[in-house]
Amino acid sequence: MADARVENTGLQVWGGGTLPYSVSHIKLGMWLFIVSDALTFSALLFGYSYVRISTPDWPTPFHFWPTVVFATLMTAVLLSSSLTMVLAVNAAQRGDRKWTIRWILWTAFFGAAFIVLHGLEWMGLMNQGMTLTGNPWGTPLFGATFFGITGMHMFHVFTGVVYLLAIAGGVARKRFHSEHVEVCGLYWHFVDLVWMFVFPLVYLLSVDMGA
Amino acid sequence: MSDSAHPAVHPAPTTFIRKWVFSTDHKIIGIQYYFLALVAVFTGLALSVLMRLRLAWPAESWPWLEKIFPVGFEGGVMSPEFYLAMLTMHGTIMVFFVLTTAPQGGFGNYFLPIQIGAHDMAFPVLNMLSFWVTFLSMGVMFAAFFVAGGAPISGWTAYAPLSALGEVAGPGLGSGQDLWIISIALFCVASLLGALNFITTVLNMRTKGMSLMKMPLTVWTWFTTAILALLSFPVLLAAGILLLLDRLGGTSFFIPAGLVVSDTVIENSGGSPILWQHLFWFFGHPEVYIAILPGMGVASQLLSTFARKPIFGYHAMVVAIFAIGMLGFFVWGHHMFVSGLSPFSALVFSILTLAIGVPSAIKTFNWLGTLWGGKIRFTTAMLFAIGFVSLFVSGGITGLFLGQTSVDVQLHDTYFPVAHFHMIMGVAAIFGIFGATYYWFPKMFGRMLHEGLGKLHFWLTFIGVNAIFIPMHLMGIMGQLRRYAESTEFKFMEPLQPYQEFVTFAAFVTAAAQLLFLVNFVWGMFKGKKATENPWEATTLEWITASPPPHDNFGGRELVVNHGAYEYGVPDAPRDYVMQTDPPIARTSHRDAG
Repeated sequence: MADARVENTGLQVWGGGTLPYSVSHIKLGMWLFIVSDALTFSALLFGYSYVRISTPDWPTPFHFWPTVVFATLMTAVLLSSSLTMVLAVNAAQRGDRKWTIRWILWTAFFGAAFIVLHGLEWMGLMNQGMTLTGNPWGTPLFGATFFGITGMHMFHVFTGVVYLLAIAGGVARKRFHSEHVEVCGLYWHFVDLVWMFVFPLVYLLSVDMGA
Repeated sequence: MSDSAHPAVHPAPTTFIRKWVFSTDHKIIGIQYYFLALVAVFTGLALSVLMRLRLAWPAESWPWLEKIFPVGFEGGVMSPEFYLAMLTMHGTIMVFFVLTTAPQGGFGNYFLPIQIGAHDMAFPVLNMLSFWVTFLSMGVMFAAFFVAGGAPISGWTAYAPLSALGEVAGPGLGSGQDLWIISIALFCVASLLGALNFITTVLNMRTKGMSLMKMPLTVWTWFTTAILALLSFPVLLAAGILLLLDRLGGTSFFIPAGLVVSDTVIENSGGSPILWQHLFWFFGHPEVYIAILPGMGVASQLLSTFARKPIFGYHAMVVAIFAIGMLGFFVWGHHMFVSGLSPFSALVFSILTLAIGVPSAIKTFNWLGTLWGGKIRFTTAMLFAIGFVSLFVSGGITGLFLGQTSVDVQLHDTYFPVAHFHMIMGVAAIFGIFGATYYWFPKMFGRMLHEGLGKLHFWLTFIGVNAIFIPMHLMGIMGQLRRYAESTEFKFMEPLQPYQEFVTFAAFVTAAAQLLFLVNFVWGMFKGKKATENPWEATTLEWITASPPPHDNFGGRELVVNHGAYEYGVPDAPRDYVMQTDPPIARTSHRDAG
C-alpha cells in the first residue's frame, strides 16, 4: 500500500497540475535567467581567451602591489556581501523583517563598496595610460578585454545594488516576502560567482611573474 | 501546492489601451507578434523583389524607382551598394522579425498556454515587455533605412571587419550599422526574456494530467526552441556588445592589424574577424532551428489531425526534436569551412553536421508513416503541412552536400547555399507559419478563411518557390556568385542570365500570390464564415474552448487531461477522435498512449 503511494507520487510530479521542481515561477525564471546570463559572460570570456591565445606577446603588466592586493580586497568585499545576503535570506525565512532589511542593506553597502574600489582601481590603471583603446605594454586588446569584461561585471553589480534596494523597500512596505529576497539572493550570488572567474582570468593571469 | 501552480489570474482588462495595446493577455500578445511579423514579411518580400529586378536586368533603367529611392537608383539603375543594403535588410528582417517572431512569439504565445491548459504565461507582464522590446527593436531596424548612408551592407551575419570599421568601409556602415547592432541587441534581450517565460510556463503550469508525454508536439517544439533561444541569444548579445565597442569605443576585438580599406590605412590591430564568426554562428546555427522547429511541430500536429491518425512514433518525435536542438549547438563551424578553420575541427564539425541527418530522417519517415493509410482531408492547412515535409526534404538533402568540407569549399560562395537555406529555413519555415495560420485562424479570430482561395495560394506558392530555388541550385553548381549584384560582370556568368530572368519571373508570380493570402486574411477577419469550437475535429485543448477563447482561456474551468495529444481512430471510442479531456475509455486492447 505504502509502496503504491510512493510510486504514484513519483508519477504525479511530472503529471501536470504540480510544480515539478517544487519551485515557484519566479524562482525558476531567475534560474533560467542566470543560465542565460552565464552564457553572455562565457561568450565574453571565450572571446578574451581567443584573442589572448592568438596574440603571441600578450602583456602581463600587473604587480602584486597595488593591483593584486586591491583586487583581493575587492574579492573579499564581494564575498562578504554574499555572506550578508545569506543572512538576509535566513532572516527573511524566519520572518524577521528588521534584520532582513538590515542584512540586505549591508549587502548593498558591500556591493557599492566594490564598485567604489573598482572605480579607484580603474582610475589607477588609466593614470598609467591603460584605456579601452590602448596601453603602454602591448596589444590594445589587453585594455579592451580588461575594461570590457570588468565593465560588464560592474554593470551587473550596479544592477544588483539597485535590485537589492528595491527589494529592501518592498520588504519594508510588506509587499515582498521571503521568496523575493531569496530570488534576489540567487542573482546576487551569481554575480559574485562570475567575479570568481573574472578575478583569476583577468587579474591573476596578467601578473608579471618576473624573470 | 496546486494553488501556486497557477499564477494569480489577472482580471479581464476593460480599457482599450490595456486590452489591445499594453495587454498582458498571452493571446493578444500573440496576435501582436503575428501582425508585427506580417508587416516584416511583406517588407522583406518587397526588398527581395527589388533585388530580383536588378539581377534579371542589370542594365535596365527604372526611372520611377529613382523617384522612390533617389540615392539607391541613381540614373534609374540600382547601385551595387544599394543591392547589398537590400540583401542585408532582407536577411535580417526575415530571420529575426519573421522566422523567429511569427512561429514562437506569435503562435507559441497564443497556443502554448492553451495547449497545456494554463490560463496565461507564467510572467504576463514580462511577456508584454518582450513584445514591446521586439517592437522597439523593429523600429530601430527600420530606422536604418532612413539615416545618412542608408541601411548597412554587411549582410545579416554582419561579418567583421566590414561591420566593425564604420563609414570608411562603405555606405550604410556608419549609423546604419550602429542601428542594426542596437536593434539586434534589443531583440536578443526580448527573445531571452520570452524564452525563460516559455520554459517556466511549460514546466510549471501544465494542467492536471498533462504529463510531458501527453503534450502536443507543437508544445515540445516551442519548448525546445525556447531552450535554444535562452542559450544562444545571450551569446549574440555579448558579440553585439563587443562589436559596438569596436565601432564606438575604438577597440579592435574584430579588426586585425594592417587593414587597408577604401585606400585608408586602418590603425587598429590585434583583433580577429574569425572571433566574430565563432560568436555569431554559435548563435546563428541554433537560430536556424529556432526558425524551423516550430514548423516541425505544426506539421506533426496538422498531419495527424488531417490524416485522422495518431502521429507515428510520438516518443521518437520528441527525442528527435531534442536531438536536433541539442546537436544544433555543436555544428556552428560548418558555416566557417572557408574561413581558415583547422582541417581537424572542420572534420569534427562536418561529422556532427551530418549526424543531424539522423533525427531529421526519423522525423521525415514518421511524417510519412502518419500519412500512410490515413483518411486524409486535404484542407489548405494540410496542404501546407505536406508542402512543409516536401520542402524539408528537398532543402535538407542539400545540407548533406554542404556539410562536407570538400564540397562546401567549392560551393560556399555560390547560389547553392542560398538555395539550400531558403528552401529549408526560409520557405519550409514559412510553410509552417502558413499551415499554422490556416489551421488556427478560426480559433484566433472566430472566423474561417476561404478554403478555395487558400488552396490557390498554396499551389501558386508551392510551385513558385520550387521554380525560384531549384534553378538556383543549378546556378550555384555552375558558379553563380552570391552576395553579388553584377551578374553580368564575369564571362562565365553570362550564360546563366536566362536562369536569372526565369527566377525573377517566378519570384514575381510567387510574391503576387501572397496578395491572395493577404486578401483572404483580411476578408476572413471580417467576413469569414463563423467558426465553431472545433472545426477540424482535432483533439488538443485549444479546441474545447470558444473561438476565440475567453480571457482566461477556458471560462473558469479547471481541466483534467486523460489522453495523449493525437488519439484519432481509437477503437471503442464514440467518434473517430478522442479529445484530450474526454473521460478515459474502457478499451478491449489497452495500450497506454502516454
